[in-house]
Amino acid sequence: MTAITIDPVGSTATTGRRTTFAPIPLSRVVRVELRKMFDTRSGFWLIASLAITSLVATIATIAFAPDKDLTYYNFAKAVGFPITVILPMVALLAITSEWSQRSGLTTFTYVSSRRRVVWAKTLSSVIVAVASMLFAFAVGAVGNVVGSAIAGTPTVWDLSVGHATTIVLGNLVSMSVGTMLGMLLRSSAGGLVTYFVVTLVLPNLSQLLAGSQHWFQSLQPWVDLSFAQTALFEGMQTGAQWAHIATTVALWIVVPGYFGLRRVMRSEVK
Amino acid sequence: MITIDSLTRKYGASVAVDNVSFTAKTGRVTGFLGPNGAGKSTSMRMIVGLTTPTSGTATISGRRFADLPNPGREVGVMLDASAQHAGRTGREILTIAQQMMGVPASRVAELLELVSLTATEADRRVGNYSLGMRQRLGIAAALVGDPSVLILDEPANGLDPAGIRWMRDLLRDYADHGGTVLLSSHLLNEIEIIADDIVMIGQGRIVCQGSKTELLQAAGTVVRSPDVTALHRALVSAGLTVTASDDGSFRADADASVVGRAAYDGGVVLTELRNADSGGLEEMFLELTADTQRDTNREKAAA
Repeated sequence: MTAITIDPVGSTATTGRRTTFAPIPLSRVVRVELRKMFDTRSGFWLIASLAITSLVATIATIAFAPDKDLTYYNFAKAVGFPITVILPMVALLAITSEWSQRSGLTTFTYVSSRRRVVWAKTLSSVIVAVASMLFAFAVGAVGNVVGSAIAGTPTVWDLSVGHATTIVLGNLVSMSVGTMLGMLLRSSAGGLVTYFVVTLVLPNLSQLLAGSQHWFQSLQPWVDLSFAQTALFEGMQTGAQWAHIATTVALWIVVPGYFGLRRVMRSEVK
Repeated sequence: MITIDSLTRKYGASVAVDNVSFTAKTGRVTGFLGPNGAGKSTSMRMIVGLTTPTSGTATISGRRFADLPNPGREVGVMLDASAQHAGRTGREILTIAQQMMGVPASRVAELLELVSLTATEADRRVGNYSLGMRQRLGIAAALVGDPSVLILDEPANGLDPAGIRWMRDLLRDYADHGGTVLLSSHLLNEIEIIADDIVMIGQGRIVCQGSKTELLQAAGTVVRSPDVTALHRALVSAGLTVTASDDGSFRADADASVVGRAAYDGGVVLTELRNADSGGLEEMFLELTADTQRDTNREKAAA
């Protein structure tokens, strides 16, 4: 087993000078980080579940939706919903696993700039998000054709490109919640629990508060992220809705994300 | 070459690493030796930028780790063999390193062979690996980029005696080809087998450093004679500091030649004359870290 010799100085020994190595391009970090999202059993099934739930949602829509609702928009909405729930988990776990699985001990010795690693992970999550949405739109289209054929209703294509774009944006906003929580908490278990509190409990509390407190009703669109996000999924109507999105994203994603990034950069990796 | 200059890390009031300075030289294996919690891992993490030093600097061939454009090509690091995603296969972990560093894909198979992991083992998930296999994989991952410096935290931990010898040969070969190795251990005999230079650390402070040969000499000479009294007299009259052992031999704080000369001058017949080596170094290790060791502290506190 010692037949292979390791030559740490390599061929440069003859010149007496070490090669200066080219810096690692960001594209390579993104490619490797993308690979790391798929190369474990849990990671693979999490992303596979994006595809599986899309198919299940399509079948469920054909089976259970009233005939008049068998339109492309409804298919795309049904197919996109599970993705909205799962994507943030993909984005979150991509970051937290470096701490929870302690693989950061090696990752950050390959790429010493943690900001760069986190940025690459965010870009990988965006790639997965866009790809899975395109997949969802395709599955929805097939569902729409098949569904209307089965029901004997005309096939309705009622989703504009503009609307499809805002739906993708809405999913990217959901995804960034995962990225933000990942940076802020750097723990898979804590991150997932907080994610469910933020997406399942907070919107209901906000709804309850808006229903009972008059003063909160006008404030809600400016502070409730999921409320503002609904407009993206349903197609933006007014400029005020864009302002709501901008404000809530700044409040819930940009500001905590900034503090999260600072902690990622400063914390000790053990 | 790794240069550590006045490295200090404080956690609140406690000082984990206290003004540590040493050099790991090119072509040599430097052993970083100390009891658990002495600050070895913290020091190593500071060298590679995973922990920010409170003060002091660490450079690799004159540059900070953070300034290396592709660190894996210059410094191979293994800080904890178990710190890997348990769901990845060994081969996948090496592939990630290979792709990130931008070296040919053939490196993966080469390194698997170098560390004697079979193809079947390489395709198993590391969650199912024994500690020894993880160490081998960790060494392989550190070597993927063909670096000129290796930093290994407790690499021999979990290896059987044959594994430790294998690692010694591997690192010896690496250093002989111009590489620099810094490895840590809390076990003296591991360091003694593998290292050329030794840096001993206790409670964050360096307690002694030097080449293994120097330190072994400093550990003194074991000498034995059938005539215990005459030997003792001879050694003492030669001005040597002598410690008697239970087995009737003496340990003298001097070179074998000096001790032999003293015995000769005293006309004493010797049945044994040798470097105190492991036993002596161990005694020194325990002695040097005595006031810094947890067990002793507890004993003192109880007394």
